[in-house]
Amino acid sequence: MSSVFFQAVAATIIASSIPLILAAIGELVAERSGMLNLGVEGMMLMGAVCGFIGAYFSSSTLVGALCGVAAGLAMASLYGLLTIGFAVNQVAAGLALTIFGQGLSGLIGAHYVGLKRDGAPHLHLPWLSGLPYVGHMLFGEDGFVYAALALVAGVAWFLRYSRAGLNLRAVGDNPASAHALGMSVGGTRLMAVLFGGACAGLSGAYLTLAYTPFWSPGLSAGRGWIALALVVFASWKPWRVVLGALLFGGATILQLQAQALGIRLPSQMLSALPYVVTILALILLNLRRYRGSLTPAALGLPFVADT
Amino acid sequence: MSASSWRLKLVARANPSRALVLLAPVLAVALALVFGALMILALGKSPVEAFNVYFAQPLADPFSLAEIVVKASPLVMIALGLAFCYRANLWNIGAEGQFVIGGTLGGGIAVATHGMTHATFWILPAMLVIGALGGALYALIPAVLKVTLGVSEILVSLMLVYVAQLNLDYLVRGPWRDPKGFNFPVTAGFDPSATLPPLWPGGAVHSGVAITVLLVIIMAVVLARTRFGFAVRTAGMAPRAAGFAGFDHRRLTLALFALSGGLAGLAGVVEVSGVINQLQPSISPGYGFAAIIVAFLGRLSPVGILVAGLVLALTYIGGEAAQIAMKLPLDLTTAFQGVVLMCVLAADVLTHYRLTLARRAS
Repeated sequence: MSSVFFQAVAATIIASSIPLILAAIGELVAERSGMLNLGVEGMMLMGAVCGFIGAYFSSSTLVGALCGVAAGLAMASLYGLLTIGFAVNQVAAGLALTIFGQGLSGLIGAHYVGLKRDGAPHLHLPWLSGLPYVGHMLFGEDGFVYAALALVAGVAWFLRYSRAGLNLRAVGDNPASAHALGMSVGGTRLMAVLFGGACAGLSGAYLTLAYTPFWSPGLSAGRGWIALALVVFASWKPWRVVLGALLFGGATILQLQAQALGIRLPSQMLSALPYVVTILALILLNLRRYRGSLTPAALGLPFVADT
Repeated sequence: MSASSWRLKLVARANPSRALVLLAPVLAVALALVFGALMILALGKSPVEAFNVYFAQPLADPFSLAEIVVKASPLVMIALGLAFCYRANLWNIGAEGQFVIGGTLGGGIAVATHGMTHATFWILPAMLVIGALGGALYALIPAVLKVTLGVSEILVSLMLVYVAQLNLDYLVRGPWRDPKGFNFPVTAGFDPSATLPPLWPGGAVHSGVAITVLLVIIMAVVLARTRFGFAVRTAGMAPRAAGFAGFDHRRLTLALFALSGGLAGLAGVVEVSGVINQLQPSISPGYGFAAIIVAFLGRLSPVGILVAGLVLALTYIGGEAAQIAMKLPLDLTTAFQGVVLMCVLAADVLTHYRLTLARRAS
């Protein structure tokens, strides 16, 4: 395989895995604090449309990305209000957030369908991006790619080594004990949920600013749900999210490249591939692991202090 | 939250407030209407005019009333099954996929028997049975994976929605496409033998609506009066007690997924044979997801779901009318439905907790 072709394929796999990494790493932090937010898809869509509109008017990818993050934050605070403020069932609240986000993003973006802008510029690191095989693919990406990897590294460090990360995990595993020790369960969980929302918003903004780059209703096409599956697949460990995302990115690219590779299957079957791969991955993972041992113990359970 | 030293606090009630159990959904819908009005204002339209088109006009027009009943039917049928699942803390959120599979398999019989003239009496019953069975089996995929391997039923049931939709899309564009259909991606129209008759001769309401009403009664009795209904309620409210009482949670999981999938599949086949009368790439405007809202709005009780289904159906009919009359986008309906669910969930908390002001500890 030639270096150029290899790098081109690798670059597309990386590009399709970035939105999954971004959304999943945010959800991972939320879930480690005990918050199962099924609203990722809705937050992504809002990030996507707000990111696009922000960038469209400011002609700045950075401003667009910030708009996406802000939209994700706004959606996540809604979820936080419901689940932490009102102790609402997390699954139901997350679904409501997704339904709301699908509708609202369509409303906001109605006048921007079909408009185009240039994709985010690729940042070529001097010398490194000229390396054969790995140069362009590792060191010639857009800013989102580096941001995603930096986020994963930051989250991995935060959860493992920082005091706040330890508190967050305590809240997710045993909120009653954390509360008794004087930690703010609600406050910690709210922060984690907001971080998840910001990441999902950024992930959506990546779709409309770098990946496609235009807005169309529902363009996240279930990536928010795949990101949720990815967190389970990664056993709530940050770096495994990257591994899983590359796998799913590969499945997506296989679907797009199948024609070129001479695979004669109905296009719908190939489109179903990422979803089927997700299910198979969950099955394989559960086959070889002690069941549920890595799941945050209080995941999805509301906490209301007695006193 | 204000910066003062007072804050809102949730205090658990010993017993759910009786009055609020009934009042909460009403309060929630009222609150949702306020948010809806704000969204319409933001779109630069008049909320008064929009609410008139959305809610008042459909209720005043007999033709629209019939349409509301027809639209409510699948919502109620799906939500009945989902409510049983959710009561037991099992999260089937893939009803949309089970609906599509039911419609696809049932519709497949109609396609296969197209043009048959003799002995066609069995076609319609077979469609209904196969549709329900197909939905049940499809829902059993996440259920079996959950009870054997502990795989999240939420994620698997949702992923299967996409698979079901793509499968139908493939069939109607490929092998099942009507050769005389001018290349449109639709199957041939169903024969009368594969079409649900109207409830009364010449009526606009198909007889599937009667099935829905019957199911509401059956499910209400099952939930309140049978051992199975008791097991469902106990599994949700006191899982450990359910274990001590000898209720097998795995069997309950399988049964509830089969039940909810079966009802969603039945709703799907009723929709294609009673309303659409052919198969096309999309046979649902998101009924499977809207039914989740219906289940919660109806407080997970069969009779409540009947009322909630009519309310949600009204938003669909009103949404279509508002799109034509006021150029309000259909996404407004989706956003509004999301707001309704959020308000319902938030109002629900009032029945279990008292909101009190408490002094913040310094």
